[in-house]
Amino acid sequence: MTATWLIARRELAAYLRTMSGYVIAAAALFVQGILFNALALGSEQNRMSTEVLSQFFWVYSGAIIVVSVLLSMRLLAEERQTGTIVLLSSSPVREHEVVLGKFFSSLIFLILITIPSVFMPLLILVNGKLSVGHVATGYLGLFLLGSACLAIGTLGSTLARTQLLAVIISGGMIAGMILLFPMGSLTERPLNDVLFALGLWHRHYPPFQSGLINLRDVVYYVVVTYFALFLAIRVLEARRWR
Amino acid sequence: MIEVDKLTKYFGERAAIRDLSFSIAKGEVVGFLGLNGAGKTTTLRILGCQLLPSSGTVTVDGLEVTQNPYEIRRNIGFLPDTPPLYTEMTVGGYLAFAARLRQVPRQQVAARVAEAEDKTALREVHSEVIGELSHGYRQRVGLAQAIVHKPALLILDEPSAGLDPAQIVEMRNLMRGLRGEHTVLISSHFLTEISQTCDRLLVIQAGELVGQGTEDELGQAMGQGSAAVEVEIKGQPAGIAERLASIAGVSKARVVTASDVATTLEVIASRDVRAEVARLLITEGCDLLRLEQNDRRLESIFMNLTQTPPGGPQ
Repeated sequence: MTATWLIARRELAAYLRTMSGYVIAAAALFVQGILFNALALGSEQNRMSTEVLSQFFWVYSGAIIVVSVLLSMRLLAEERQTGTIVLLSSSPVREHEVVLGKFFSSLIFLILITIPSVFMPLLILVNGKLSVGHVATGYLGLFLLGSACLAIGTLGSTLARTQLLAVIISGGMIAGMILLFPMGSLTERPLNDVLFALGLWHRHYPPFQSGLINLRDVVYYVVVTYFALFLAIRVLEARRWR
Repeated sequence: MIEVDKLTKYFGERAAIRDLSFSIAKGEVVGFLGLNGAGKTTTLRILGCQLLPSSGTVTVDGLEVTQNPYEIRRNIGFLPDTPPLYTEMTVGGYLAFAARLRQVPRQQVAARVAEAEDKTALREVHSEVIGELSHGYRQRVGLAQAIVHKPALLILDEPSAGLDPAQIVEMRNLMRGLRGEHTVLISSHFLTEISQTCDRLLVIQAGELVGQGTEDELGQAMGQGSAAVEVEIKGQPAGIAERLASIAGVSKARVVTASDVATTLEVIASRDVRAEVARLLITEGCDLLRLEQNDRRLESIFMNLTQTPPGGPQ
């Protein structure tokens, strides 16, 4: 656990010491702010506060997916690209400690850059009411979706030799998992049930967006996170053969 | 300390190393010599528990590398050919991180970092960001990272690669300073570096061990117990090479370059003939400008061993 925490802390400091972390955070907030303004606040007709809030979390889920891919691309691919992975692989550190340390650093950073976005739901208070439970549920959904995407991103970064390749692999895997749902509607039972259930977004995220917590959805995201990290650890272990 | 028995590593169909067997005693400084692609780095990576062997056994301090990689790594310092540096960190921060990764107790970290910085002359750049340091400094940070936890075994893969001549001398002095505290394995292209720093040589060619021993042992085995003396004299005296060849023990004397200003000759002998050569040149009335023992023995041993097909000299 010490090694996991050491690696996570160093990685987190690297996000804060280099420009890329700030650029990703600024870009995410900027795009999110504009979209929130245009879609949620800026529409002509009168709307319920919950609708606006739901739209905020709908928009934010897209931002979280993109930001997760960008944050996780460097995790292991950069280490491999620059050769720094040798420092870890020549130390008495186990593969799962490396992968978990990397993953937690990106998750903590994702949480840090999500916190400033809270002002947007608070803006709803200007002209309406706000349900704290709804906001908390929405953020829980973002956290779970982000955690699953970061885990898939960590796996992509473990597989890739360069950061660009990591983005392509992780982006491809995430897009593929999201598209399982639309693909489900093209198939028949029982296959479509499986595809609907496996889709990364359409079935499992919208309940959070509208303030509902289903255990099924929470378990889904936790399992995706676990499975992606498990594969990343196995890939890293297998690398000792090459 | 290290026992390697029939070590083989395949990458796909290609064997990078084949049936490598050798042993290294505690405290020895051993040099790995070989051309590019000979299998030096592969061997060092297996010894450093970075890579798993296809077959054969490697034990470090009685522990098998495939069974106990984590225990072994605690006692290993590894410097790959590209030092593994996080360029956004400060030297001190990076070394402390490396020490903590190698399980140095928290309260000892500062002292160990200071010690490693002293040994590698990095004190003055303790608070500098690694990315802003010169190549020579970075290489030293790489070395400091390998010794910060006082490992019993130090593995240095091409430690002088890419350094300028002044930095190479500096690095060599640093490596000499490590003698005694660690068992050291160095791979290098620089023959002088190997001959100046190592007790023993292992010569690898196409993944197989083609020679091992001290420089003298290898030289004798190759029938090259000879030494060359290079002399430079004023003008172009006639027949001087023949007279030098008549000295007892000299097997060959030849003119290397000749001009009206000066002539350079090479004298090959089975023993040190510098005194006789000097005396002869003076009695012959030559103006002696330069006389030196030309240490090209290791070079010729190396060339001979690496040009011999694996399986020994034919």
